[in-house]
Amino acid sequence: MTDTATTTSVSLTVRDVHLAFGANKVLRGADLDVARGGTACVIGPSGSGKSTLLRTINRLIEPDRGDVLLDGRSVLRDDPDALRQRVGMVFQQFNLFPHMSVLRNITLALRRIRKLSEDEATSVARAQLELVGLAAKADSRPAHLSGGQQQRVAIARALALQPQVMLFDEATSALDPELVKGVLAVMADLSAGGMTMVVVTHEMGFAREVADTVAFMDHGVVLEAGEPAAIFEAPEHPRLRRFLSQVL
Amino acid sequence: MDTWSTLWETFFDGDSMREALPEMLTVGLPNTLILAISAALLGSVLGMALAVAGISPTRWLRWPARVYTDIFRGLPAAATILLIGVGLAPLGMEVWGPNPYPLGILALSLIAGAYIGEIFRSGIQSVEAAQLEGARALGFSWGEAMRLVIIPQGVRRVLPAWVNQLIALIKDSSLVYFLGLVASQRELFRIGQDYAATTGNESALLLAGLFYLALTVPLTHAVNWIDRRLRQGRSVTVDPDDDGGLALAGETALPPSPTAGRDQR
Repeated sequence: MTDTATTTSVSLTVRDVHLAFGANKVLRGADLDVARGGTACVIGPSGSGKSTLLRTINRLIEPDRGDVLLDGRSVLRDDPDALRQRVGMVFQQFNLFPHMSVLRNITLALRRIRKLSEDEATSVARAQLELVGLAAKADSRPAHLSGGQQQRVAIARALALQPQVMLFDEATSALDPELVKGVLAVMADLSAGGMTMVVVTHEMGFAREVADTVAFMDHGVVLEAGEPAAIFEAPEHPRLRRFLSQVL
Repeated sequence: MDTWSTLWETFFDGDSMREALPEMLTVGLPNTLILAISAALLGSVLGMALAVAGISPTRWLRWPARVYTDIFRGLPAAATILLIGVGLAPLGMEVWGPNPYPLGILALSLIAGAYIGEIFRSGIQSVEAAQLEGARALGFSWGEAMRLVIIPQGVRRVLPAWVNQLIALIKDSSLVYFLGLVASQRELFRIGQDYAATTGNESALLLAGLFYLALTVPLTHAVNWIDRRLRQGRSVTVDPDDDGGLALAGETALPPSPTAGRDQR
């Protein structure tokens, strides 16, 4: 789909990231490697730290310890706002801005951050909406869209900034089952187009088919990571085996 | 004269009203509007500053905002107007001469700011944290995210309460008469009171009251109208699906359930 992404994709490494909220140790030395243009799916039980790990990558949450590297370079000393322009994120609850049209949701950052003119921003936004099949909804308010459409707008909004990495935080968990497929299709396209992606998901089918790497998290660490076939067909860690027996 | 006709003439003496009407229209009404509108503008700017300071991560902004709000919400309006208007009068005299309006407007604004600040703050804080996260994830700084995404939503939610505060301001503007007004500076209430004193009945004051009602009652209805529109605006009507090639038959609107969050901290 967004082949422009391939030209700028980067590799991503999360190394020994620790994070505690008070006494609650949410991340206890989490590691993750995603090759340039690769897709990593992070699976694991609720409360295992998956979403928190994702947020340390774009520093919505600052890790206490450890490192996050893009193309081998640590991002922890970068300006967080500049970093987040390179790393797009899609949320479980979409987080679209309800007081703006779909189009303005996408043009806002293009105009205010990228300093594009109104016309340039609009044409970029319309092109992105076209790619997620929602060109006709440009002037609607998010509340007038279905959940699946809203999530695709959220994906378009993130992609409009031409990120080098995309993070998906349970992007389909808030959707009715029949809406999940369309969003996953957009994500699969993006992955095939060469975007570096980290996808926190409960969709095991998606992980199996689309991921290059599947990482299993429990209690704040990645217990096991590998190719989907290895993770799903020959899981080694007993906790991963137990988790898979519950979700598959 | 029996009691009833005495009462009638006390309140509804046409001659007294006719006598007061021209000055109410040409002097009182403009002055009341000047006081109320200036204080509404200044008070809203101040209120916004207090609201943002009140939710700032910095203690040195949060704390002064709290103290300020406690003081100006806690004092009687009359006391604040006298303290500012009379207390700072020597200073005002040097800056703009013997006009009580600037200090009167200042006092009204300081009071309104405290209330409006609380109104704005509650609106801003009612915006879901996810909205801030969504804006930050796009690369907006905290300030930009607040200005472009959070505050516009928060203020919209509390517009009815804000209009209520404007109504209170129109009424409180009558209190500047404490500061001593020359004839051309009198607002509605003072003119009504003066005519009541010279005519010996309250009809002119009642007329002033009618002027206040003519300003405030439409505003109260505006509040209701805004309230209704905001509520209806939030209801979800879904356009017919148009998925441009992505086969997604059966998609229906699903407002995200607030309890649907898994893994949310």
